[in-house]
Amino acid sequence: MKRVVITGAGTINSLGHSVPDTLEAMREGRCGIAELEFRDVERLSIKIGGQVRGFETEGRFNRQQMSLYDRFTQFTLMAAKEAIVQSGIEFHGDLAARSGVVLGTAGGGVSTWDDNYRSVYEDGKNRVHPFVVPKLMNNAAASHVSMDHNLKGPSFTVSTACASSNHAMALAFQMVRSGAAPVMVTGGSESMLCFGGVKAWEGLRVMSKDACRPFSANRNGMVQGEGAGIFVFEEYEHARARGADILCEVVGFAMSSDASDIVMPSKQGAARAMSGALADAKLNADQVGYINAHGTGTAANDKTECAAVADVFGPHADDLMISSTKSMHGHLIGGTGAVELLACIMALRDGVIAPTIGYEEPDPECALDVVPNEAREAKVDVALSNAFAFGGLNAVLALKRA
Amino acid sequence: MSITDRVIAIIAEQAVLEPSDVTPESTLEDLGIDSLGLVESIFAIEEEFDISVPFNANEPQASDFDISNVAAIISGIEKLVSEKV
Repeated sequence: MKRVVITGAGTINSLGHSVPDTLEAMREGRCGIAELEFRDVERLSIKIGGQVRGFETEGRFNRQQMSLYDRFTQFTLMAAKEAIVQSGIEFHGDLAARSGVVLGTAGGGVSTWDDNYRSVYEDGKNRVHPFVVPKLMNNAAASHVSMDHNLKGPSFTVSTACASSNHAMALAFQMVRSGAAPVMVTGGSESMLCFGGVKAWEGLRVMSKDACRPFSANRNGMVQGEGAGIFVFEEYEHARARGADILCEVVGFAMSSDASDIVMPSKQGAARAMSGALADAKLNADQVGYINAHGTGTAANDKTECAAVADVFGPHADDLMISSTKSMHGHLIGGTGAVELLACIMALRDGVIAPTIGYEEPDPECALDVVPNEAREAKVDVALSNAFAFGGLNAVLALKRA
Repeated sequence: MSITDRVIAIIAEQAVLEPSDVTPESTLEDLGIDSLGLVESIFAIEEEFDISVPFNANEPQASDFDISNVAAIISGIEKLVSEKV
């Protein structure tokens, strides 16, 4: 089995348009959640979100590209470019033929669906742009990354709701570890912050109208975000031979299915994914210093997740740190695990633990060290990243300091 | 049909019971309606009466809308309907 390292990272989200900007915001505990701005927002009862601001497409993408790139694809391409430039890798010949792209998204081109349904239903038009289908399809982002960077190996998109990008990164990890591919570009993207996207979530009545406060007793729901996180997963010897800067090592993963409820989380399913990732990485529970929680800020997730952590880690649960950066960037749904992986990299590489902001009142059902409100310096050797999706599909990654 | 009968019909349908089996004293738990069933019932009630029910599944106790039993739900809806402009 090969060792797998991360040699490049890229992102765009409500905290920043690059990895350095995002990590700075996380260190400072800044909140990217604000009033939503888009057409018909006044008809929503939920009016806040972690929206990407100040993102100009002009000068970045030409007219032809814009007719093909939904916002989730635009985010993906920005983040992929940052990651691949940082890794310093260029895909030619055999390397290009064997390297691919696996990305996660839950909704794909949601605003393209939204705009075009509005056009035919509300505006009564009988014609849509010829590229609606290639623009909205869930694999559009992965395909455009493959074209931009000459990646000709295994490429596809995974869709498992809020765990999409963790499932995608777990598959990319497996491919590099098994020797099937020397390099995989992986991560995820989401852009559901449009009228139809938020309206659908409103219906579930689990959204907060004011803030995302994970683990805090007065939490009252989740807040949506948008953006992308993209990484270069590379075989260790390949990275070392070309003198690449290694951000951290990916050492294990596990996936599990609750097989119980379409929306309610399960402690057992979450615990099996975390303990499975430790077993896969051949780690003891007490080696884990930090967990980037799924931490949605809903009543159901946070207490279930804390109970699962207590089950898996026993007394060590009180020693480790667990934070939810969704309090800052919101819940990026299918892209969330990818942006949250950045907090794990920051913990391992920089020794800075991103906080759970908006934390106001302790909840006895979430009695763990949630790194409330302020980032903390700490040396961490191993970090886990949790994602537990609607549908009961869980994926956890284990990372180690390089 | 009165508001009471219309609400009971919605709740009975959600619980897969006859309306006669739903009494004012019944709690949602008695009727076997879980959190998803409650969210669906509230949606059906909003559609039936063209009102907005203030309800967040994360803090069902925090809103003004009392869901402790069927009678409480009915009186909450009567209030919302009477406040409707």
